Amino acid sequence: MITIVLFIFAMVGFAYWWLWRQRVLEKPWAEVGPKADTREEIGRISSAAKTGLMFFLAVVTSVFALFISAYFLRMELPDWSPVMKPEVLWINTGLLVLGSGAIHWCSKAAASNNLRAVQVSLFATGLFTFTFIYGQLMAWGQLNDEGYYLNSNPANAFFYLFTGLHALHLLGGLWVWSRTTLRVLAGVELEEVRLSVELCRTYWHYLLGVWIVLFGMLLST
Amino acid sequence: MAHVALADRGQALSHPHSFITKYVWSQDHKVIAIQYGITAIAVGVVALVLSGIMRLQLGFPDTFSFIQPSEYYQFVTMHGMIMVIYLLTALFLGGFGNYLIPLMVGARDMVFPYLNMLSYWVYLLSVIILMSSFFVTGGPTGAGWTLYPPQAIMFGTPGAEWGIILMLLSLFVFIIAFTMGGLNYVTTVLQARTRGMTLMRMPLSVWGIFTATVLGLLAFPALLVSAIMMTLDRVLGTSFFMPAMVSMGEQTNYDGGSPVLFQHLFWFFGHPEVYIVALPAFGIVSDLLSTHARKNIFGYRMMVWAIVGIGGLSFIVWAHHMYVSGMNPYFGFFFATTTLIIAVPTAIKVYNWVLTLWRGNIHLNTPMLFAIGFIFTFIHGGLTGIFLGNVVVDLPLSDTYFVVAHFHMVMGVSPILVVFGAIYHWYPKITGKMFDATLGKAHFWLTFLGTYSIYLPMHYLGFLGVPRRYFAYEGIDFIPQSALDLNTAITISALFVAVVQIIFFYNMIWSLFKGKQAGSNPWGATTLEWQTPDTPPIHGNWGPELPVVHRWAYDYSVPGAEEDFIPQNVPESEVDKAAS
Amino acid sequence: MIIAVALVLLVVGSIAFHFLSPWWFTPIASNWQAIDLTIDITFWVTGAVFIAVNLFMAYAVVRYRNRGPDSERAQYEPENTKLEIWLTGLTAIGVAAMLAPGLWVWDDFVNVPEDAWEFEVIGEQWRWTFRLPGDDGKLGSSSSALVNIDNPLGVDPADPNGQDDLIVMSNVMHLPIDKPVKMLLRSKDVLHDFAVAEFRVKMDLVPGLVTYLWLTPTRTGTFDILCEELCGLGHFAMRGRVVVDTQEDYDAWRDGLMTFKEMSAIKAGDPLIGQATYPVCAACHGSQGEGIVALNSPKLSGQEGWYLETQLRNFKNGVRGAHEDDVYGQQMAPMAAVLADEAAIRNIAAYISTLPEHSVDTSLSGDVERGQHLYQTCGTCHGVNGEGNYATNSPRLRGQEDWYVKRQLQNFIGGVRGVHREDLFGPQMRSMSRMLRTEKDIDDVVAYINTLEPAVDQNQIADAAMQGGED
Repeated sequence: MITIVLFIFAMVGFAYWWLWRQRVLEKPWAEVGPKADTREEIGRISSAAKTGLMFFLAVVTSVFALFISAYFLRMELPDWSPVMKPEVLWINTGLLVLGSGAIHWCSKAAASNNLRAVQVSLFATGLFTFTFIYGQLMAWGQLNDEGYYLNSNPANAFFYLFTGLHALHLLGGLWVWSRTTLRVLAGVELEEVRLSVELCRTYWHYLLGVWIVLFGMLLST
Repeated sequence: MAHVALADRGQALSHPHSFITKYVWSQDHKVIAIQYGITAIAVGVVALVLSGIMRLQLGFPDTFSFIQPSEYYQFVTMHGMIMVIYLLTALFLGGFGNYLIPLMVGARDMVFPYLNMLSYWVYLLSVIILMSSFFVTGGPTGAGWTLYPPQAIMFGTPGAEWGIILMLLSLFVFIIAFTMGGLNYVTTVLQARTRGMTLMRMPLSVWGIFTATVLGLLAFPALLVSAIMMTLDRVLGTSFFMPAMVSMGEQTNYDGGSPVLFQHLFWFFGHPEVYIVALPAFGIVSDLLSTHARKNIFGYRMMVWAIVGIGGLSFIVWAHHMYVSGMNPYFGFFFATTTLIIAVPTAIKVYNWVLTLWRGNIHLNTPMLFAIGFIFTFIHGGLTGIFLGNVVVDLPLSDTYFVVAHFHMVMGVSPILVVFGAIYHWYPKITGKMFDATLGKAHFWLTFLGTYSIYLPMHYLGFLGVPRRYFAYEGIDFIPQSALDLNTAITISALFVAVVQIIFFYNMIWSLFKGKQAGSNPWGATTLEWQTPDTPPIHGNWGPELPVVHRWAYDYSVPGAEEDFIPQNVPESEVDKAAS
Repeated sequence: MIIAVALVLLVVGSIAFHFLSPWWFTPIASNWQAIDLTIDITFWVTGAVFIAVNLFMAYAVVRYRNRGPDSERAQYEPENTKLEIWLTGLTAIGVAAMLAPGLWVWDDFVNVPEDAWEFEVIGEQWRWTFRLPGDDGKLGSSSSALVNIDNPLGVDPADPNGQDDLIVMSNVMHLPIDKPVKMLLRSKDVLHDFAVAEFRVKMDLVPGLVTYLWLTPTRTGTFDILCEELCGLGHFAMRGRVVVDTQEDYDAWRDGLMTFKEMSAIKAGDPLIGQATYPVCAACHGSQGEGIVALNSPKLSGQEGWYLETQLRNFKNGVRGAHEDDVYGQQMAPMAAVLADEAAIRNIAAYISTLPEHSVDTSLSGDVERGQHLYQTCGTCHGVNGEGNYATNSPRLRGQEDWYVKRQLQNFIGGVRGVHREDLFGPQMRSMSRMLRTEKDIDDVVAYINTLEPAVDQNQIADAAMQGGED
């Protein structure tokens, strides 16, 4: 449970630091008038959607941290036998990096109002990401062919679980991506999709980070 | 000012007019709150009936053919799960959170109204999945609300066929619904507060609900993770939690898993869950006490720090539910210490509630009675919690009726008293009508005294050593007939309390049609929800202008002011000075 | 105002209830008086807080209640830092006063004394068994994977340490007084919890782990062992007893136990020898064990051998057929007494097991559908198709004559059967049987049992999904 406790400590620590910056030590009865509002001075995330996404990512991190905690605890037990790591995972990692890079490019392009670049990079994002998911399925197929079934060892089960869960989150992202892409194709102003693209960018970078952590953990154990 | 622009998006709100869009597929936080509230209370009534049936078996064993052991365990399980998750969590956050947050922070709605609507419908789906388990082969699961594997998914436990799968699925769906709602509540508090509404000017209700939501967002994943892994164990035969074992004399294919791992995950969710229910209750009761005592909440800063302090601590006490679980016994030292430390901020909250009454001007209105009743039951439940948190004292008491009595006192009766108090308190705002105070008070007295007569004696069964989750008790040497007679008495009280809730429902419905017009601020409260131009507030909550907050939420009986309360949106220049 | 009175009355009433309550801890029978002391300390501290805070609140309500429009205004007092620091400090001291002794005693509980002797408690759905080390003082290794009908505790036959382990298949365990003992707790299937109220301590049994607790019995007597971790349908009927003996009594009991080696060496009964004895039985039960209603003799053929053995032993030892209302049992008891020894019992049971199964006439009618619903509980132990299960000590029900099943249910419910102190599993059946509240309940469930086909293949019974997925 160390992983999740550390994560929670980090979250609680951040929350307390943030609250402290919000002047939770002040005596609210001592000051009257609207000027007591100091939100402008201390800087904050600019939009509700971004705040919402940050909290969502905290929730997802909590999920993965718990699975990782469970993984380490379960690994200690005697019946553990490490799973084979298909080579294709390296290629997949590369694909996800490319996907993440493409959406990053896209958000830059959206900022500079470059429609053509937005279209191309959005398309590339989808292509790389779908290929990544297909590659993960190939990895599953290879494992299955080699006899590493889901229920034959907990190490296998965790592998399927981690990769499956990660892919599901990507699919969720692709849903937002597809809506954004459709809107771009329908010819809406770039300004209107800029926020969506930025949210996608954060989400893709985040899931790339999660994958690197998971992949590193799987490789090293 | 970016946040004001964001909050004041009156133009963007659609104002639907057909019945369907107004009351069914509504994106108005107030309608969603009422949908959440009614669904939660309806499912709570089901759970109440189930508990009545359980009590019938315990009070009158050998009497009712329709209560078989399997049904008894199924009803115990469903009662517990419904009450904790589908009633209390949904009602406090989905119900009160939805209604109060935008109104109290001066927003027009939640920041993601569509997601908010979706949250309710997904919650309803989880309820439907849960209820459907009553109608499948084998019935609902009877594994106890803690759903401990291996027993929860093995033959020999009722509902191991489909009940457990539906339970896990329903929890999964519930967590999705909660996450959608929860992201809304926290983001609204952070992003949509009106001008002047600093964090430290927020009413404690908002603090409680906000902190509880953050806890929920971080803790529910633990339940999600354990539900996913248990589902895989059950359906696909993995061995996350399932050790090598024999079932009914037959070898199984499971190997090597750890049931204790499940318990760690479950309680990593389960303990914060206690505070997910308790913190909103703490916050709401603070506002009720302050309003009806016409006095500021005593030690507001301490109260806020206690809420966030309890919130943080609640993540490192989970294993106090596991002292006798077979985990490494050395953990006991750590968790007993953290658990007793959490008693300190909790005690401070109690002192501050009582000190809010001190030198107040106490109006014993119905909500106030419930608030005072809450303090009493919460003191009782909190103190018995110290018994169970102190690791050696837990040894004789764990898994006995002492535990049952304790958590019903602290997590059942206390939050429910707050729920009732809160419903009476905000009923005039929600409906525009005043409830019948005589019936309200009668409801309080019968509920308050009735529940205490259920749970006080129950602790003593626990001291004696009477184990919980037993269908029948005959043939145990140390349990005398008098203890079984006491069970009968408890059952009679329990059925009585269940029946008198009819008064509440009658009052709510009758007053809706026949109640007197309440006016916009019948209690003379300071917080923003009482300052809306319309009562009940219309979609969008405020008139053309959002309110601007000039002061904290507790300016009651300010020296020199004419009235004994100054609403948060009244500037200093408009305060009527008393003629002096 | 009434609320203040009510608060005072509730406080006074709670105190009165506390002192007048006859329900309190059982007299302690172990060395854990320190736990009781910690509880007392906790009681005094929390009790003081309970009284003080509530009375203060009641006073505040009386003193500062609104008395109409002329009532004094509330005081404006946002906070009082000094008071809050004082209260925090006092609370912290009170908390520490409860926690410190608690941790002290827990340290004792966690660290087992060097001189404690060990034995093993094994839990399974829904019974207790025990294993004691033999004269070498060591328990052999064991594993759930080795469990089968001949090795119910899964002792490793290859481990020399296990050969002289003493096996207690009864749910009654004996302990010598005044000797510290460490109990090793092991479960074959699901979670259980070993709890004896008089000992104060308890601990879960976790499959895959060996947990422990320790204590020193300080008082002779017989105490109930309860399972206190929900372990399925039969949880509440999972009972046992622990008998604290003087050293002499304990030694005598221990001498009568069988070692693992002796148990493994038990020969199966010989049906040929049994056949020679059978004519005595045939007089009442029929030459093919088909049962004779007129003589109130049940059908024997088709019943499991192990169950016949248990019942013959019970009749012989006066555990069954001794109750004054058990008229027919009383007839059987002297007949069972003619079987000289264990071998004779096994032989006759072995012979009866060879008798051909045949269908029986039904004499009862009831609501089969309702009976099926009721049978769900029965089927958990007796098998979904009434095939019986050795692991749960449950006899076969299908193919049994309905008048006999009904009479036995009535005997269990009425306390004619399953109440003898030496009866190991009868009390469990008695507990379960009482879910049948009326004669109609009995008729319905027996009518359903009548519909269970005697010829169902054993392998089809276990739902594959229940057995933990496929390989």
